Amino acid sequence: MGFGFLNVYKRDMTRFLRFRHQLFSSLLQPALWLAFFGLAMAGNFDRILGGTGTAPAGVMTVDYLTFMCAGVLAATILFTNIYGGFILLFDKNWGIMREIIASPMPRKDLIIGIAMSGITKSWIQALIVIVFGLLLGVNFFSGKGILEIAVSFVGIFVFIGLFAMAFICISAFIALKMDSPEGFQGISTLLTMPLFFVSNALYPATGLPVVLQQVAMINPLTHLTAGIRYFAIGDHFSAIGLEFVYSPVEMLLSLLYLAFFAGIMFALAWRTVEKAVIT
Amino acid sequence: MDNENIIEVHGLSHSYESLRAVDNISFNVKSGEIFSFLGPNGAGKSTAINVLITLLNLQEGMVTIAGHDLKREPKEVRDSIGIVFQEITLDRDMTVKETLEFHGNLYSMEKSEIESRIEELLGLVELREKKDVLTKNLSGGMKRRLEIARGLMTRPIVLFLDEPTIGLDPQTRRKTWDYLRMVNNEGTTIFLTTHYMDEADMLSDTISIIDHGRIIASGTPAELKNSLGEDIICLETNEREKAAKAIKAHEGVKSIGENEDGLVIMTDKDGAHILPEIISRLNSEGIGITAVNLKKPTMDDVFMHYTGKELRD
Repeated sequence: MGFGFLNVYKRDMTRFLRFRHQLFSSLLQPALWLAFFGLAMAGNFDRILGGTGTAPAGVMTVDYLTFMCAGVLAATILFTNIYGGFILLFDKNWGIMREIIASPMPRKDLIIGIAMSGITKSWIQALIVIVFGLLLGVNFFSGKGILEIAVSFVGIFVFIGLFAMAFICISAFIALKMDSPEGFQGISTLLTMPLFFVSNALYPATGLPVVLQQVAMINPLTHLTAGIRYFAIGDHFSAIGLEFVYSPVEMLLSLLYLAFFAGIMFALAWRTVEKAVIT
Repeated sequence: MDNENIIEVHGLSHSYESLRAVDNISFNVKSGEIFSFLGPNGAGKSTAINVLITLLNLQEGMVTIAGHDLKREPKEVRDSIGIVFQEITLDRDMTVKETLEFHGNLYSMEKSEIESRIEELLGLVELREKKDVLTKNLSGGMKRRLEIARGLMTRPIVLFLDEPTIGLDPQTRRKTWDYLRMVNNEGTTIFLTTHYMDEADMLSDTISIIDHGRIIASGTPAELKNSLGEDIICLETNEREKAAKAIKAHEGVKSIGENEDGLVIMTDKDGAHILPEIISRLNSEGIGITAVNLKKPTMDDVFMHYTGKELRD
């Protein structure tokens, strides 16, 4: 019985923790997003709406910073993982992939190991973003006790785990298909743009043209953001003058959708690594 | 296990689209020997080795390595072999120790076995002090030694090396050969490809000369050189045809060829005795000689003889 993926995982995490400046910047970047873009946008929205907007009686109102923090968190996970497969391209170009491919380790362990480290990195980043957000005044987990907060964290981490797995597999797929870092970078960036903006991460998707609204509906980032809002803010709240209601059934569907998507992407990456000829 | 074949290859061919890189080659490698594929770049050496180490599909032919059929039991083959690739294939950002640990884990070795093997091998390749150094900070020779150690981590039955000393300085090359001999003396069968005549000559028990995807000659270095004759006499003369005619029937002359300066005579007797006789014979016929040279056949001569050309780079 092989645990080759643990070996792959260990190597990738060692590299992640070894490069201090890389580690530092990957953790600082989402925090800066939140600090600069978040505070600026929050200020503008609050000015336009004359406060946080009006809400029906009895519905909790959250400010824009709180609303978008969930989106920035989701986008951070997207960026981390869509570029996370780069190690495979690096290994291909430096020949290390040959050592791995010519070994008795099943090739799928390579994908599993990379996916595990992608998930771990995502969780670390999520924790940092949430803590930093709370320091900036993000109103997460308001009115919740320790136990409820713990449950919320588990919920957020499950959503993030599935999403991270899906996108690190997409990244692995791109890395296995590409020959140059430039090609990898180009394709990844091309994918990231629509995913980021045609979603509910920074603003409610209801503001988009109808076609894009429908695209947003199948965008995994929309489902991740919804999941994070559900667990971090609540199932019924108002922000930027709009009312948001998330039912448990909707959340379950979002979760299943992410799981399904992650499964497909894993299968894609697995098939690609099995077929890869590297000499 | 002595004299048993560790590698048996029969009718191996491999094509890239229309290019037939390896064309119906067959050979055996005996247990405990150093076997070399000698040939110019592009001769098909790397393709052949990549098929044997399972990086390329086996398209045509039968291959058995360490008793395992390459087609049906690739995993068992992988478990039995060690590989040193042509280019440096190290993670620049891992230490020497981590590199070997990672490799041991790829082959599901026990943790304690990995630890002890690392100590042993770093001693062998004299890298013990470099254990915690990132591989990017090693010299070219050290990287090569680390890769040899890595190839030996799993105590492979056969160690495959693709151009093991390419790009190394002469001193480091000699050192690398010493390590390989040491490894071989401890019982590991070695299969290597090279385009260096001296490397094949100095290291190998058996050499197969490969060109255009085919094996054109095989044997021990001595056999290959002896197949050309006892000695080679080079005669510089302007009257090649006359000279060749005059000495063709001389006792001890095996064959006569030509190069740009004159005649190349292969002898099947001691050339030192034949040479004066030939010279006096040519003198008596009034044929002018401007220079002579007597030498033992070298690998270069063998290669020239079988391929009709100098080794191209």
